[in-house]
Amino acid sequence: MYEIVEKREEVPNIHRLIIREPNVAKKAKPGQFVILMPDEKGERVPMSIVETKKDTFTIFMLELGITTGKIANMHPGEKLYAVAGPLGQPAEIEYYGNVLLGGGCYGIGAIYPLAKALKAKGNRIVTIIEARSKYLIYLEEKLRIVSDEFYIATSDGSRGTNGHVQTVLDRLIKNGHRFDHAKFIGCTYMMMNCSNITAPYRIPTRVALNTIMLDGSGMCGCCRVSVGGKTKFACVDGPEFDGHQVDWAELMKRKAAYQEAEMISYQTSPHICRALIENYFGESDE
Amino acid sequence: MSKKDSPKPKGKPTTSVKKSRPTRPPRVKMNEQPPAIRVKNFEEVPFGLTPEQARLEASRCLQCKRPKCVEGCPVQVQIPDFIALIAEGKFVEAACKIKETNVLPAVCGRVCPQETQCEATCILGRRHEPVAIGYLERFCADFERLGGHVELPKKAKPNGKKVAIVGSGPSGLTVAGDLALLGYQVTIFEAFHKGGGVLVYGIPEFRLPKEIVEKEIHYLERLGVEIKYNHVIGKCKTINELLTRDGFDAVFIGVGAGLPRFMNIPGENLNGVYSANEYLTRSNLMKAYLFPDYNTPVIKGSKVIVVGGGNVAMDCARTALRLGANKVTLVYRRAREQMPARAEEVHHAEEEGIIFKLLANPVEIIGDEQGNVCRVKCQNYTLGEPDASGRRRPIPIENSFFELEADLVIIAIGNNANPLIPQSTKEIKTNKWGNIITDPIGRTSMKRVYAAGDIVTGAATVISAMGGGRLAAKAIHFDLMGVSDPMITTACQLPKEDE
Ligand SMILES: Cc1cc2nc3c(=O)[nH]c(=O)nc-3n(C[C@H](O)[C@H](O)[C@H](O)COP(=O)(O)OP(=O)(O)OC[C@H]3O[C@@H](n4cnc5c(N)ncnc54)[C@H](O)[C@@H]3O)c2cc1C
Ligand SMILES: Cc1cc2nc3c(=O)[nH]c(=O)nc-3n(C[C@H](O)[C@H](O)[C@H](O)COP(=O)(O)OP(=O)(O)OC[C@H]3O[C@@H](n4cnc5c(N)ncnc54)[C@H](O)[C@@H]3O)c2cc1C
Ligand code: SF4
Ligand code: SF4
Ligand code: FES
Repeated sequence: MYEIVEKREEVPNIHRLIIREPNVAKKAKPGQFVILMPDEKGERVPMSIVETKKDTFTIFMLELGITTGKIANMHPGEKLYAVAGPLGQPAEIEYYGNVLLGGGCYGIGAIYPLAKALKAKGNRIVTIIEARSKYLIYLEEKLRIVSDEFYIATSDGSRGTNGHVQTVLDRLIKNGHRFDHAKFIGCTYMMMNCSNITAPYRIPTRVALNTIMLDGSGMCGCCRVSVGGKTKFACVDGPEFDGHQVDWAELMKRKAAYQEAEMISYQTSPHICRALIENYFGESDE
Repeated sequence: MSKKDSPKPKGKPTTSVKKSRPTRPPRVKMNEQPPAIRVKNFEEVPFGLTPEQARLEASRCLQCKRPKCVEGCPVQVQIPDFIALIAEGKFVEAACKIKETNVLPAVCGRVCPQETQCEATCILGRRHEPVAIGYLERFCADFERLGGHVELPKKAKPNGKKVAIVGSGPSGLTVAGDLALLGYQVTIFEAFHKGGGVLVYGIPEFRLPKEIVEKEIHYLERLGVEIKYNHVIGKCKTINELLTRDGFDAVFIGVGAGLPRFMNIPGENLNGVYSANEYLTRSNLMKAYLFPDYNTPVIKGSKVIVVGGGNVAMDCARTALRLGANKVTLVYRRAREQMPARAEEVHHAEEEGIIFKLLANPVEIIGDEQGNVCRVKCQNYTLGEPDASGRRRPIPIENSFFELEADLVIIAIGNNANPLIPQSTKEIKTNKWGNIITDPIGRTSMKRVYAAGDIVTGAATVISAMGGGRLAAKAIHFDLMGVSDPMITTACQLPKEDE
């Protein structure tokens, strides 16, 4: 149990891990997540479940701070200290018609199980992924197989459209694409910007929020977000919510609550992560 | 187990039961860390009694024939019996005596509200001060534990039945211990990576050292109980699956209250506003007080406001001081007499310099541009007629607002029932507050499924959760093996509450 079966750095700082835990593997539905701890002193970090196979499951992990750094430094055969899940509500998977999916960062991986499940329901899938540069794109082949249309955006323009998911999305809509449903997973800015684009067209939009979490079972309220003016707990009511109802400004402030502490723990950490310090805040810089 | 057992030590020569002696020693005072020092560390506040102190205190007990103290204890610890053993210097035997009815004496001796339970009814308390039953209980449990050798009681032969226990709080641990002794194969499923429930994630180290809880859990493991951590039941397995696929003959649910209540006032989602659960879990379970060696951070705060007046609020306030706050203010709606916290905790909090702002309640939390808390707007209250709980109702005074500066606000106004299990198991009926409904001995509306502790009663005490667990264990034993117990018959005669 909790054994890391396989580990590969797919692209710089994004690791694909296969972890053995039959309870998660047997039960996980698209959109659910696990909570991991590398060791007794580590934080409890949530990670989206991307694939399951017999008694193992796969995650794509962005190496960001101290705890993900610790996990990134573990080797196949080693065991994590804790794996709890599957947690959260499964994503809404129905037949909608034309479905738009947007993924960035770890969300390129996290959007894949949704694409697969939505495709199996007979939806037409249009996928847009974003990365800072072309060498940070992963899982492309698998995503192409389950997508009817597939687009790439890079912020340095090294591949596909120069820009972000919202750049491509905006263009598609203006060119007359009709979407019946949209889902976004990735950095908060991307999810917010994309929700703002779909709102005037009344495209039902679901976003998978990555609030800070602690227990992941509704016990602490640390993951609370305002959705439609009501306080919700992302770990038990979500993580998927209506992107047009989320209070984005509040969410972004709450995500930054520990920046100073994270910096301290990162800098005083005895192991050396390969992630550059700039990378550290990269996620929300753009 | 019933009161009939108690007359045994009647004829003990050590304690003459004549008229009260003219010179009775005063109630023992436990040495403790001085306030100025203890607010700078997380070590336990009271040091415990020395053997001499314990024997002297034990000698104060009158060894009543009809011990009133026992009636005040929710699990009927045979108090005069264990105290007599202490008086004789038989400390380990005394610990075993307590364990016949209370499997966690080191915990209860520390955290029971004795002043409203066993010590409240102690006969001595009428004229003098009551016997320090809690201190004595703690003393012999510590003596046994620190002696290193805890006797394992005799276990019944395996009876071939498997029982699953959901949650490792005091109620779950009690059921596990009782059933393991009766020969059941017991598995505990715990959502967190550590066992003990509120005892590890809620009650701070300085009030209940975690080492004690770990020892108790180790003891259960030695009894053959298996503990599976990181299992959130309702998510990774349902109750139904435990009963069918996993082949358990019965399931006990002791998942506690654990859904934090907020006040629904503006500003509650600002950074620097915590539920008590989050604050305490960060500090205790995740050991944020040892940050950055432990990686989970906690906002330390220099001007801290804690909202509430119970044990949880006291624990938060005292934790904040130890994390380095300059000023900690407790804001509570009612007056001091109505505070539900244990007297000892209120006293400790005051000694440590916590400021009590009574008859006041926050109406708004005000933040800066970065979304951090900076002030709390409060309103003054007055007390009206007694409400349903018998306490005088707090009434806001119009236009009596004032503001307090704050960089950390902790909301400790209680918990609602966690809905995870009822949501995933429709057969289990709950009341309008979401608490699981059971009969007087812990049977839920679903066959072979039992429940006790905070998930049934709402937030209560460690010992009442244990008492409920004990009854449920007996109910399980009765239903699966047909073995009845006087406790069951007594309990079944009780009228059902609020229905
Ligand atoms: C439901 C959900 C699914 C997620 N799925 C993935 C995934 O599949 N792959 C992936 O790489 N990341 C995922 N994340 C984000 C991931 O949990 C954080 O990046 C991780 O916790 C950072 O930990 P750290 O200690 O390495 O970094 P830190 O230095 O502690 O933090 C860096 C930043 O990460 C965020 N963060 C910190 N602690 C937590 C926490 N306990 N929970 C959530 N966010 C936190 C904060 O915004 C912080 O500023 C998911 C988050 C959620 C809530
Ligand atoms: C801060 C604080 C201070 C307190 N101080 C005192 C005191 O001084 N004296 C006193 O007598 N009482 C005190 N109490 C109250 C007392 O701790 C509780 O009444 C008691 O712990 C309830 O026990 P329980 O067995 O019902 O559940 P809990 O102790 O709440 O334990 C429940 C356990 O179940 C687990 N769980 C929850 N959901 C699931 C799930 N779905 N699957 C698996 N596991 C799950 C939880 O992680 C937890 O470990 C205090 C409470 C708090 C919060
Ligand atoms: S268990 Fe609690 S109430 Fe009972 S005797 Fe011990 S301290 Fe008193
Ligand atoms: S009531 Fe008080 S004096 Fe009497 S037996 Fe109990 S503890 Fe001793
Ligand atoms: S993480 Fe604690 S309630 Fe969601």
